Amino acid sequence: MQRKNVIRFKGRLKTRGRERERDRDRDREVEMTLGLINANPVVHAKKERVARTEEPHDDDAIDPLEIYEYVRDIRDPEHPYSLEQLSVLSEESITVDEKLGRILITFTPTIQHCSMATVIGLCLREKLKDCFHPHFKVDIKVAPGSHADEESVNKQLNDKERVAAALEIPNLRQLVDECLYSSEL
Amino acid sequence: MADPTQWVKHVELYVNSSSTAAQQAASVDAIANLLKNDLLTLEALVREMEMYLTTTDSTIRSRGILLLAELLTQLKSKRLNDASIESLIGFFTERLADWKALRGAIVGCLSLLRRKSHVGVVADDKVKAVVQSYLQNLQVQSLGQHDRKLCFHLMECLLDRYPAAVRDLGDNLIYGICEAIDGERDPQCLMLSFRIVQILAGLFPGPSGPLADFAGDLFGILGCYFPIHFTHPKEEDVDVKRGELSRALMLTYASTPLFAPFSIPLLLEKLSSSLPLTKVESFKYLSYCTSKYGVERMAEHFKTLWSSVKDATYVSPETNLSTEAGFMSEMGFQDSDIMKQAFVLLQELVQQSNGSFISLILEDEDIKIFMNSLNQYEDFDNIPIDIRQRLHAVGRIISVCINTSIASCNKVFESFFPLLMTYLGLSVAKPHENSCLAEDYNPPGRLNFGALYLCVEVLSACRYLVGSDELTPIPDFANQTWGVMLHNVSKSLAMVFISLLRSNVAENSQNAYVCYGVKGLQNLATFPGSLLAVSKSTYDSILLKLMSVVTSDINKTFLWTLAMNALVEIGSFLDKYPNNTPWSQIRHPRQSTPRRPSLYPTGPFFGYCCSCPRLPNFIDTGNKRHPYVDGGGYDLYYPNLINLNLGSSKSLNVTFSCQLFCKSLLLEDPSLPATAGEIQLIQKHLFHGPRFHKSGGSEEIPLNFALSIWDKIENNRSFNLDSLENELLDATMMAMKQAVGSCSEGSQEKIINKALGVLLSSNCLQWMESISGNTPSEAEGLQQIHKLDSFAIRDEWITSLFASIVIALRPQTYIQNGKFILQFFITTLLNGHVPSAQALGSLVNKLPLKITGTPLSKNLCLDEAVDMIFHSCIWTSYNGSTYERGSSEIDLSSLRLCSLSPESDKIHATIGLAWIGKGLLMRGHEKVKDITMTLLNCMISDGDRGSLPNSKHPSLVCNDEDLHHQLMKSAADAFHIIMSDSESCLNKRYHATIRPLYKQRFSNTVMPILSTLMLKYDSPSIRSMLCRAIAYVVSDTPLTAILSEAKKLIPLLLDCLSMMVEDIMNKEIIYSVLLVISGILVDKNGQDAVAENAHSIVNQLIELTTYPHMMVIRETAVQCLAAISELPYTRIYPLRTLVLRAMLKALDDPKWVVRQEAVRCRQAWASIASRSLHF
Repeated sequence: MQRKNVIRFKGRLKTRGRERERDRDRDREVEMTLGLINANPVVHAKKERVARTEEPHDDDAIDPLEIYEYVRDIRDPEHPYSLEQLSVLSEESITVDEKLGRILITFTPTIQHCSMATVIGLCLREKLKDCFHPHFKVDIKVAPGSHADEESVNKQLNDKERVAAALEIPNLRQLVDECLYSSEL
Repeated sequence: MADPTQWVKHVELYVNSSSTAAQQAASVDAIANLLKNDLLTLEALVREMEMYLTTTDSTIRSRGILLLAELLTQLKSKRLNDASIESLIGFFTERLADWKALRGAIVGCLSLLRRKSHVGVVADDKVKAVVQSYLQNLQVQSLGQHDRKLCFHLMECLLDRYPAAVRDLGDNLIYGICEAIDGERDPQCLMLSFRIVQILAGLFPGPSGPLADFAGDLFGILGCYFPIHFTHPKEEDVDVKRGELSRALMLTYASTPLFAPFSIPLLLEKLSSSLPLTKVESFKYLSYCTSKYGVERMAEHFKTLWSSVKDATYVSPETNLSTEAGFMSEMGFQDSDIMKQAFVLLQELVQQSNGSFISLILEDEDIKIFMNSLNQYEDFDNIPIDIRQRLHAVGRIISVCINTSIASCNKVFESFFPLLMTYLGLSVAKPHENSCLAEDYNPPGRLNFGALYLCVEVLSACRYLVGSDELTPIPDFANQTWGVMLHNVSKSLAMVFISLLRSNVAENSQNAYVCYGVKGLQNLATFPGSLLAVSKSTYDSILLKLMSVVTSDINKTFLWTLAMNALVEIGSFLDKYPNNTPWSQIRHPRQSTPRRPSLYPTGPFFGYCCSCPRLPNFIDTGNKRHPYVDGGGYDLYYPNLINLNLGSSKSLNVTFSCQLFCKSLLLEDPSLPATAGEIQLIQKHLFHGPRFHKSGGSEEIPLNFALSIWDKIENNRSFNLDSLENELLDATMMAMKQAVGSCSEGSQEKIINKALGVLLSSNCLQWMESISGNTPSEAEGLQQIHKLDSFAIRDEWITSLFASIVIALRPQTYIQNGKFILQFFITTLLNGHVPSAQALGSLVNKLPLKITGTPLSKNLCLDEAVDMIFHSCIWTSYNGSTYERGSSEIDLSSLRLCSLSPESDKIHATIGLAWIGKGLLMRGHEKVKDITMTLLNCMISDGDRGSLPNSKHPSLVCNDEDLHHQLMKSAADAFHIIMSDSESCLNKRYHATIRPLYKQRFSNTVMPILSTLMLKYDSPSIRSMLCRAIAYVVSDTPLTAILSEAKKLIPLLLDCLSMMVEDIMNKEIIYSVLLVISGILVDKNGQDAVAENAHSIVNQLIELTTYPHMMVIRETAVQCLAAISELPYTRIYPLRTLVLRAMLKALDDPKWVVRQEAVRCRQAWASIASRSLHF
């Protein structure tokens, strides 16, 4: 008898999960139609890919271009454009010091009050974690003066605990994954 | 008659504005078919359509009229009677007034007016009515683009087809046309309206016609289009190109001289525009108009025209200083488009004006002042750039004047030539008093460069004038003023030029004087014969000077190149005009006593070169070191001379250049790094060039090449080549192989017989006898070692080149003295001569199975050869080894006694065996098995060493151990030789006998043996050798053969990898094995086998991801790991953490490519469980 209950309970959980999903979808839809933070972003052309020369180099250290190649195609959380197209990132905004094992990415949110800045930062952090050896310390910052809440965003993005906690939130996790693995572009 | 209900519905469909275009077209076709087949008459149709044609609804009416017009267009080749044409044209003429239904009316008129005369045409009075209605009713510019186009078409048709009818309308017509085209902007319509104006101009040519009154107005309309400029940025959007439109406008401007009073001032005014395009166009229009308007109309503008040309070229020229051209052309200046067009105009004006324009130029104050001021600019380096530019412009102006006509040429000569000559220190009037006629004349101080430059320009312009084909019949140049003048000074001039090339003057490497000296000589020497500017003796001395520069001034690269180019030019000129040259007079006396007639080809120029005293000297210098070879000229020389000879049409010249090349190759000291490159060049020219294929692969060239090399070797006994010059030998061998390979059997026999002769007479033979002499005593063994070292360079060349011949022979080629050749190669091969081994392999690959015809004792067939090889020589199975060859067992101990280092000999023998085995394998001979077994025994002989009698000196044992290891290794490497494709022998190009699938067959027989041996032996050294062999065999086996055996092979391959990882030298093998594994991984069938061994494969691959010596190995290993992630989930899931950990390491790889692959691989493995990369 009790077993049956459990099963039913699980079933209900499932339906509730579906409901939540539906709710969220609706929310997203509303957001897409009404609540876009920057409804009409300026879209830039994609830069041409620089083909790496095949011949072996003596010095093949990690350079900003290599990092840029990984992050340029991350999708914007709001728009079906890449971060490169929205000029959120550029090759110049990335610095790397291989000896000290540090990577610093400075990105420029499209508008001053962009609440998506943290999401973009999370995406960058996740992507770099996938692509580089963990001994690299990654710093992610918004470009000085490009965000109204610059200090707190920077703080939030470089706080391990908060980043980990943020990625525990299923919705946020899904949003980040969509940005990273989306093929919509 | 067709039922009206049938076709009426088509009419309705057409008129109905809601039907589609396709439906409408279909209904037109349907009705037209009825009409064409006389199932329906035009009258009946019109009667039935009356309602549509006359209704007050303008939409339906216009559709109806258009239908009728379309039908008439379709009926253009059907005969109609005059009455119907008359009534129809009347109808359409009237309808032209109906602006709401206009299109149908225009189309109708057009189709009726365009009818050919045999199907009924419109009468002239009706045409006139059409024109009148047109002029009265049509407001062309207020119509849409398509209708405008139709209107223009109609007008063009009227003017074109009915000139008589429309001409009477006179003023009215012109006025109407003006109105119609005024303000037109569409490119297509413009093309039409320009065309209309052109026809109109042709219609009223007279100066007093109606057009004369309206010319101003008409040009007012046309004038504003110049220069044509598209406001649409993209030209491809428009189907009319800017260039076409501009040309149409130009034709329109030039269509009648009546436009001249308006167009010339306009164009002249536009010349002052700041837009370069406008200037170019203006000049272009002006030159075209000049040619059309005639000189009377232009005469009043001459002054302005000249000043504008002068402005564009002389006063403010726009030239680009092109750096790469140097002084070679125009002092390095490159004319802009504006200048080019200005010169075209100048030429047109001079040509048209009949002398009046040229006097304007010659009397121009600026030019005069400039000419008189030439004295100020003596030294080239001191001339400022703007003055150089002016000099260049004046030169161009003068040469344009000269090459326009003989008369203008005379005038220029009269005014400027004496002055120029005075600057150069020559006198035209008294040519014999010129000081430069002395043999050793040196110019006093610096020669006036400006004068020199202008003089050379004048010369080349004269040459152009006499060389132009338009001047037939050729006038008598010698009696022209300029001809006399030039002839008087030509000798002195030549001497001045020659003096410029003298060494003390030409020291400066990049000297403008030298450049123009050579250019002047070249110009003097290339006047066609009958118009010759120089006498025979001068011509001779010019060529001699150039030749002597080529043969002796090799270290003056700049001068040398110039002289060579000049000679090439002169030569090709002579080839072009063979009967026209002084050469024909010169050749005979010299050819009566040729030095070596057989060597000299018959091409006129070439003969001349050969008859020059210096060149043959060079060719026959014998052993002396020649100046050519010193310095950097060496690499310049061959390409040029070869080009020179190859460029000429005589194939003999090619032969000659081969000989030349061979001579210098073998006679001179070829210790220059350039030589190997030259052989490649020769090879390229001779065997791959267009000439070679054009002549149907004629073998004359390669045959001669090969024979002449052997000639040279034969004649030259003191062969002082640097022994390190291997590159040169390699290139020569390559060339020899290619040459022989492209010959037919007969030629090959010639070559090999020749070579055999040389070989038999060389020291090689003595050497061979001494080494194969059966004297097994230690003392003589030592002596032989001494002899081995003295295997002289010349002998090595002979042996190597001989081997090259044998390698490239065709199977059918008959080989004399085969047994000796075989013996010879066996001996040399033991000396470590690899080409000999390859030659042996080729020999056994190609020898005939049986000799046909009379068997001679010296001839050879395959079985005999194989027997000889197996019996005679020094390699064999080991005593006491597991394998006994029986009949072909050879006494090994004798070899061990006669040499101090038998193992090294055996290494050579193993290599030889490998090549022989390859030859046999490729033809599918069974003896290859014996060879394989011998090699295998060699590899596993490690365990037997104890049992062998050790006769070595104790001190050598350690060394011997090492050597033995090398022997095993070379036995393993032999499998590489057997399996891989070789570039240097035994391939299609060298006519090898190749049986299909031979690799597969060999792999199928050997692999089982190798794998059982792997199980049998534990000794690490033997196992590592076996692994090596397996790796070689597997990596060259076709993948399909491997896939079927994949299950068995994979563990073996993994063993191989783990064995070989230790040694850095093995990286290439590791890579090829890794490629095999990746091939298996990617294949669908191979994946089962992989799945079984997934764990061990992954472990091995992970080890390779950190392989430090070769980046591609790491990269491929990571790629393989990524491919493994595609395998069934259950198999690989346990390995996931392992791989991810390894990839984490690979992320830190020093190479970017590996890092990138690692990211991909990591992603692939992470995603088999979830997206998370955490573990």
